[in-house]
Amino acid sequence: MFELDKYTDTVLLAYTVSIILLGTLIWATLSKSKRIKRALDAQEQKTDDKR
Amino acid sequence: MSLWEYANPAKFMALSARILPYLAIASSCLLLAGLFWGFFLTPADYKQGSTVKIIFLHVPAALMAINAWLMMLVTSLVWLIRRHHVSALAAKAAAPIGITMTLIAIATGAIWGKPMWGTYWAWDPRLTSFMILLVFYFGYLALWEAIEDKDTAADLTSTLCIVGSIFALLSRYAVNFWSQGLHQGASLSLDKEQHVDNTFYLPLLVCIVGMVLLFLTLVLIRTRTEIRSRRLIALRLRGI
Amino acid sequence: MKSLILRDLRLAVRSGGGFALTLSFFLIVVMMVPFGVGANLDLLARIAPGVLWIGALLSCLLSLDRIFQLDWEDGTLEALATSPIPLSGIATAKATAHWIITGLPITIAAIPLGYLLNLETEAYIWLVASLSVGTPALSFIGAFGAAITVGIKRGGLLLSLLVLPLYIPTLMLGAQCVTIGSETPIKLLALVAAISLFCIALIPFACAIALRANLK
Repeated sequence: MFELDKYTDTVLLAYTVSIILLGTLIWATLSKSKRIKRALDAQEQKTDDKR
Repeated sequence: MSLWEYANPAKFMALSARILPYLAIASSCLLLAGLFWGFFLTPADYKQGSTVKIIFLHVPAALMAINAWLMMLVTSLVWLIRRHHVSALAAKAAAPIGITMTLIAIATGAIWGKPMWGTYWAWDPRLTSFMILLVFYFGYLALWEAIEDKDTAADLTSTLCIVGSIFALLSRYAVNFWSQGLHQGASLSLDKEQHVDNTFYLPLLVCIVGMVLLFLTLVLIRTRTEIRSRRLIALRLRGI
Repeated sequence: MKSLILRDLRLAVRSGGGFALTLSFFLIVVMMVPFGVGANLDLLARIAPGVLWIGALLSCLLSLDRIFQLDWEDGTLEALATSPIPLSGIATAKATAHWIITGLPITIAAIPLGYLLNLETEAYIWLVASLSVGTPALSFIGAFGAAITVGIKRGGLLLSLLVLPLYIPTLMLGAQCVTIGSETPIKLLALVAAISLFCIALIPFACAIALRANLK
């Protein structure tokens, strides 16, 4: 099992920083994807309506 | 001129839509499993204590930082030679992922370095190379943002990526000469030999594969976003 | 191609003494260092190689955007592109002209400036050697950066961001060559020369791709 030694804080810090960075990347990727998809769908709807 | 008319993007969107769910699930499973395994189920190292567990994030991130740039190099070449728009957009999509990986590698390296070598940073060959890579990434993205015409931007950034790759490689070797001059042979980089233990190697492998799959997942999502974005701009320009 | 080089030289001299500005900047930058780090002669002697090389680098950077910008703005570049000389030849000519106006004067000016920084006596020969062999790389790499950013208004900052990382190998090896106590200055000098030759040979083609993309 996980042994608590004097380096535990260091390891936790490293993991936390990495997870924050990864999380930000994933969140940014997904939210931009959703936003653009919504905008494109709206634009294509307008195109179809005009036809 | 709409991208959509090209068969390539349409086929790409269809294919990526199909494999994306599997990729996402596989990558999250592998990465979470690998990290859990490495964090909780491995013993502390004799010399380094539990800090050795940082390796499960540090090494995969460092590998992906370099592989992301290599992928950008390949897709840039494909764009310049075959003019597949998807290729150019994929290169652009990969850059932020590469930057994040480089930052994780540098950050985890620094945090690991403090207890181990007494310092957050050292100008040794490997760390310095990553810093240089980071700056190359920034330049690449800055160029994409600075050019209005997206096809011109694709051409210019592809050329930059290729020239940059050559100089990044040159730097990698020049750093050895430079470092030797100041600290004779001082290298603080990890010795892979130290961690051949199965107990560490297997979860590390799982994390590496998980990270590769995560990269693929994110690059596909971002490329799809880029393709949609271009289509959106094209539609708006048509005055609709 | 020779006429292109001569034309650029004439233009540079006419637009306010091409190399006077560069040399003034080199002087000022080098002067800043003792102001910043103190006038301890030992310290200055230790950092002189690096400071002189970085000063040379930055001074080269100054005149880079002019390489293609002026011709781009008045349409000369488009005209040149349709001439029988290939774009890579044009890039070579302009980079060479830049080196004559910038790199060459910098190499010579480095000698008195080295004295300001208390450079070690034995290092002067390596200073001149490394700069004369390394500044061509700076001009040609700079030309590549200029070709990429020629279409961007006020792209000077982006130009620096793109070009400076590319300068890193030349800087590392060049400055190391001048540092007394480094093992093999000849080997480092050869490496700097190799990089320069590589740049002279291949960078013009990259410039051509960039120029063609911008001219479309």
